[in-house]
Amino acid sequence: MMDNKRRKFLKMAGATVLAGISAPAIVKLSSNPAVAAGDGGHEAPAAAHAATDTHDEEQSSGVRLGMVIDMRKFYQNQGMLDEAIAACIKAHNVPQIPDPKSEIKWIWKAGFGNVFPEHSQKLRSEKVKDNQFPALCNHCDNPSCVKACPTKATFVVEKNGIVAMDFHRCIGCRFCMAACPYGARSFNWQDPRPFIKEYNVNFPTRGRGVVEKCNFCGERLALGLEPACVEVCKGTGAMVFGDLNDPHSEIRKVLDQEFTIQRKPAAGTKPSVFYIV
Amino acid sequence: MIEKTLKGKPAYWIWLGILASLIAIGWACYFRQYSFGLGLTGMSRDVSWGLYISQFTFLVGVAAGGLMLVLPYYIHDYKAFGRITILGEFLAISALVMCLMFIMADLGQPLRGLNVLFYPTPHSMLFWDMCVLWGYLLLNLLCGWVILTAERKQVPPPKWIYPFIYISLPFAVSIHTVTAMLYCGLPGRHFWLSAIVAPRFLASAFAAGPSLILIACMVMKKFANFDAGKEAIQKLTTIIMYAVIINTFFFLLEFFVGYYSEVPGHMHSLEYLFFGLEHHGEVYNNLVPFMWAATLLNFGGLGILAYMKIAKVFDYRLVGTAAVMIFLALWSDKGLGFVFAGFVPNPLEQVTEYYPTMNEIGITIGVWATGFLLLTLLYKIALGVEEEVEH
Ligand code: SF4
Ligand code: SF4
Repeated sequence: MMDNKRRKFLKMAGATVLAGISAPAIVKLSSNPAVAAGDGGHEAPAAAHAATDTHDEEQSSGVRLGMVIDMRKFYQNQGMLDEAIAACIKAHNVPQIPDPKSEIKWIWKAGFGNVFPEHSQKLRSEKVKDNQFPALCNHCDNPSCVKACPTKATFVVEKNGIVAMDFHRCIGCRFCMAACPYGARSFNWQDPRPFIKEYNVNFPTRGRGVVEKCNFCGERLALGLEPACVEVCKGTGAMVFGDLNDPHSEIRKVLDQEFTIQRKPAAGTKPSVFYIV
Repeated sequence: MIEKTLKGKPAYWIWLGILASLIAIGWACYFRQYSFGLGLTGMSRDVSWGLYISQFTFLVGVAAGGLMLVLPYYIHDYKAFGRITILGEFLAISALVMCLMFIMADLGQPLRGLNVLFYPTPHSMLFWDMCVLWGYLLLNLLCGWVILTAERKQVPPPKWIYPFIYISLPFAVSIHTVTAMLYCGLPGRHFWLSAIVAPRFLASAFAAGPSLILIACMVMKKFANFDAGKEAIQKLTTIIMYAVIINTFFFLLEFFVGYYSEVPGHMHSLEYLFFGLEHHGEVYNNLVPFMWAATLLNFGGLGILAYMKIAKVFDYRLVGTAAVMIFLALWSDKGLGFVFAGFVPNPLEQVTEYYPTMNEIGITIGVWATGFLLLTLLYKIALGVEEEVEH
């Protein structure tokens, strides 16, 4: 029997660092031995579909990192959302540019109607109307930004499904911005460095002329840390992070129990960020 | 043959001088943009493509429009186009050079542009667009030059050039189809996500390209004693007329789909273009005057052409007026409205309007001036050769 704690993502990731092997290559985010060992992971992620008779969505195999955002935890505590956003800004040297036209946003707050424009806005509950929702890159399983990029500067990290960027390869054509149905990408219209409030030496700053977005804290995962926003919400369950393809992961337990929604599922990008509203 | 560009009347030199000054202004503006970044433009996080990409899109159409001269001559052996086919090929060259310059002006990291070659990415439509644009440019350079050289020597063009000419025909269609695919394959941009975008692009291209050639013919008739021939001009107006009708029809189909289905995403951009989009008590409508002007010009130009056909009159001034009207209409539609409106509203259904800055307009004019300079020089060569042959 597997120790319950062992399933905790943090421990798993931490253990790999202790093992002393070059971290990025072996971050284990899965307790499923098959998935963790990288051989297959074809274990059907969702076996029981008896009640619905629809066309199944295919999900890629291997580790697929995703996130559940439990808004019920944020309704009582919008301050925590601000803190989570601040943590991301600090961790990634996200510049704070006052002019909304040139803004750089990785994770930000917006109304329900903005985050879920394809859902009906009529007669929503007070909670939904009065609260702000976090928006961020969905690290889609079928990312249209990756399809559009002519240089592979935006790509899927095979071992964990993160949609990552190479700031040194990006030519700044902004095709990816047109292609993303979620407005998750920002372009550096000018040198962002003067707008960095608190400089973090452990993360690169960007220059002008390239696109950037949330990276699911790939750099922190490599060190065995949770994403910065998830860490802020620790213990509350407001943000749950883990492997969507691992039937025993914490995130899958939440997904199995709760009704969740994704942003614009009709776009076919298969977002990996789920919301409990 | 280049030496033909060195002799000309004063008007020729004044024209070149004006273009050269505009080009100089364009470079000065580009230098500013290069040192500061694209923040000097009116583009934003929400409207992330602006004038540069919209001009690029329109000019790909102008380049493809040359097909309407090349195809009748080479495939249907339509002799009346003999004198102007070369104009179509040279127009394509100038338009494509402008396209490539607009792309470079739009890149955030222009020095890394070659990354598209170093890391070829077949699933990106931009990669294919680059391939077909360069392919078409090289084909036109080759065919144009070889044909003109043969004409000068008064021999028929060499046999080996014909396969290249025939390849260039589907290539012309491909450049605008692939350019349409940049837009119509993006999930979440409802205005662009329409299968009719590519056909619509082609229809408007087959009107815009020949219109510009007609305008050039009028100018050269006045200043350079060049007569394309009444038959050729009349045929061109027929081609333009049908292309405009088809383009208008396609556009109206978009209206039907949007307003009959009443799917919000399919109506928003059209509403923004023609009536103004209301959002939180504010009305956003900066493109409305352009779109209605385009509508009037479109039907006005069409009316003139139709009148000439029905009343069986032929008047160079009418032809010129109609060509200018139609060219401006298609420019407003594709060179402004189509690209900007695709970003309104943004994916979070917020509205940001786009207003180009003076610096951006300076660069845009500079690129257009470069294209016209190139076009002038190429047409000067073509005319020079014709004159030489006639004497
Ligand atoms: S949310 Fe947008 S940027 Fe993020 S992976 Fe999906 S398509 Fe790409
Ligand atoms: S802006 Fe950069 S990341 Fe985006 S599509 Fe262009 S090259 Fe790729």
